[in-house]
Amino acid sequence: MADDKPLKIFTRRDLLKGAGLVGAAAVASSAHLATPGEASPAAAAQAGRAAAAPVREAFEHLTAAEGDLLESIVARLIPSDALGPGAREARAARYIDRALGGALASSRQAYAAGLAALDRYARISRGKPFLDLSASEQDSVLIDVEAGSATGTPGANFSGSSSQFFAMVLTHTRQGTFGDPYYGGNANFIGWDLLQYPGVRTMVTAADQQAMEKGQLKPSHKSAYDYEGFNKATVSADRQGGHHAD
Amino acid sequence: MPTRLPETDVVIVGMGAVGGVAALPLARAGLSVIGLEAGTWLTRRDFAPDEIRNNVREWPMAVQKANMEAPTVRATSSSATTRGGHPMMNGVGGTSLHYWAQSWRLNPWDFKVVSETRRRYGASRIPKGSTVEDWPFGLEELEPYYEKIEVEVGVSGQAGNINGTIDRRGNIFEGPRRRGYPMPPLRWTAFLENMAGAARALGWHPFPGPAAINSRSYDSRSACMYHGFCNSGGCHVDAKNSTMVSTIPKALATNNLKIVTRAHVTTIEVDSEGRVAGVNYLVDGTDYFQPAKVVLLASYTYENVRLLHLSTSKPYPDGLSNNHGQVGRHYFSHHTGAGVSALFPFNLGAWYGLPAQGVGVDNWADDNFDHAGIDFIGGGNLWVYSDRRPIGAAGMNTYGRAPSWGSPWKAFIHEHADRSHGSYLQKSTLPYEDNFLDLDPAVKDPLGQPVTRITGQYKENEQKIGAFIQDKMEQWYRAAGAIDVTRGPVGGTMGASTHAYGGARMGDSPETNVVNRWGFSHEAPNLGVLGACTMGTSGARNPTLTAQALAWRTAEYLAKNWKAVARNT
Repeated sequence: MADDKPLKIFTRRDLLKGAGLVGAAAVASSAHLATPGEASPAAAAQAGRAAAAPVREAFEHLTAAEGDLLESIVARLIPSDALGPGAREARAARYIDRALGGALASSRQAYAAGLAALDRYARISRGKPFLDLSASEQDSVLIDVEAGSATGTPGANFSGSSSQFFAMVLTHTRQGTFGDPYYGGNANFIGWDLLQYPGVRTMVTAADQQAMEKGQLKPSHKSAYDYEGFNKATVSADRQGGHHAD
Repeated sequence: MPTRLPETDVVIVGMGAVGGVAALPLARAGLSVIGLEAGTWLTRRDFAPDEIRNNVREWPMAVQKANMEAPTVRATSSSATTRGGHPMMNGVGGTSLHYWAQSWRLNPWDFKVVSETRRRYGASRIPKGSTVEDWPFGLEELEPYYEKIEVEVGVSGQAGNINGTIDRRGNIFEGPRRRGYPMPPLRWTAFLENMAGAARALGWHPFPGPAAINSRSYDSRSACMYHGFCNSGGCHVDAKNSTMVSTIPKALATNNLKIVTRAHVTTIEVDSEGRVAGVNYLVDGTDYFQPAKVVLLASYTYENVRLLHLSTSKPYPDGLSNNHGQVGRHYFSHHTGAGVSALFPFNLGAWYGLPAQGVGVDNWADDNFDHAGIDFIGGGNLWVYSDRRPIGAAGMNTYGRAPSWGSPWKAFIHEHADRSHGSYLQKSTLPYEDNFLDLDPAVKDPLGQPVTRITGQYKENEQKIGAFIQDKMEQWYRAAGAIDVTRGPVGGTMGASTHAYGGARMGDSPETNVVNRWGFSHEAPNLGVLGACTMGTSGARNPTLTAQALAWRTAEYLAKNWKAVARNT
């Protein structure tokens, strides 16, 4: 099945090649990607280097419009800023998209309904589609959605509480940013570097532990499945899974 | 009609933490044993260091049988029922594959809660409504079996009391033991050393906890690699001593044990005299009947009790071994809630390690301190350990110092991801008249059989222990330099738990217990019941080592008394 195909891990060379294209496309398509005043030129350059997502890659389960909207939401939840790249660059939305065909399939409808409601709420309350709002306007919309105050807005039609939808997206965004890159997110180990997590290892000696305690352990930058010999999980390996032989 | 298989001496239902232990003394004694296991064989290759698979998607528990019959939960007989989760694993080795592997002996007091409380404080101090009894024996009876498991399975640790001689490197409150552990304890990190130092400064007695995990190579298996994926994960180097890698291979080597995987046991059959005759099971929809001279029930508490309830017959109209109405009674989920977490102003170096690698404090457990001036009995063990993974770390409490998203959160998590700590606080939990397991009248598994229903809530005694232990834990964290501490609620409804006790309690009186002091049914003498479902008290410890010691003892008793126990055909 589609979920089993190996994930391409982008090399530094790929990223450098792709950076110019991503930057140009971002400027041309929407203003929300760049957040002037928030990122220093150095940080913006750093974010650009790590911006791994090629723009012309279809979503597998979300519609193109849903995918673009989700990309812009995750980019606010864990933004690219002075500290470095964020969830968009980590491909968190791509992680969610893939998982919606597997382990998160039961959330597909919640995404369709929640994303549409969020965009309606942006139009009703801020006068524009979410994608066309400035970063700070997008944040203010997300604050309303998180707090649940967007829930009862006539015409937005959140099914259930908007804060439930927000919590779901935040949870999945974190999975896509900080999970193993095998599942399609955490591109270029952006998430693990942000946390200063030294990475997946199969052996940690007492000397490694001491080096980590001194802040001197070099990040491993490996997926679990970059190590030899592990049987691979699939995207659908969840509690409904039936048998272990996945 | 089910296929009737040739008779065997013993059938064990479940090849997990206790069934996998009981098989060994039986197979060594030359008895023919069939182990029925709902899961499959797994290997170290199945245990990738993968947080999404193990911890987020809970792959270890993602198996049909346990998952499809997850118990339902309600606080009292008059409250609404909700679906509970299922915390256990099917597979050869069972939950010993992915558990924390903390391998504690109970303290002496845990066997004599009633008599010791009466002696020291008076009978009025037994909490109202509790059905707690003394065990039918004391620690000294179980001591040789604890030692047996520590050696046969492999447990690392530091003894604190060998034949009455106290060793202050270990737990000074433990009961006397004849020998030390076969392996030294797991190593400590700088943070754990810091916590131990803070405990000593408070006048407490910190010690490294016991673990069924190799601190050095043992029985031709690797030492622990401390890679940080032990929690809800199997071991990639077989350093976690599940029964899959310890006792089961030894039992198979005798050629007296045969394991059938994907076997879903549905009922236990009895003969007209009320002795068990064998078990019915399904493999991929095909029915089998396995006749046996003895049946040992060794699945988890919820399934053991459920199988008894579901196995109705003429001699046992209310369920097997339930003519005294005791099946499902005296149930409790261990009180491990009422948590305490802390934020430190420095990195803890907790990215690697395992939950069994830690510092314990037993000063406030059981009756290790004077309860004369306080209004509860029992106490709790304080446990701090080294265990962190990135998605979990990103979900940390921000202690009011940052929102949960956006650039301020990102800056917070960048600095603090390795600075929070959550303690593990296991507390004495008692059985009560109105906490019990029965069959849910509405919720059924895919075969149409009702699932187990948990009716239970923590009572005043447990809640008071919870608050008391939170005070102690906060004191310890502060002494070690914590800048912020948060607490969870002190305890309400009992959920489905990995520490589920009672339901088939062991005791001398058939009026209040399902099994006798050897683990055999008071009513169906060739039915043995293994696991924490036979334990009447919890202490402040993980139950597995005690359940395994009891399993070995039951199996050894059976081998030595075969003619008296087995059904003649």
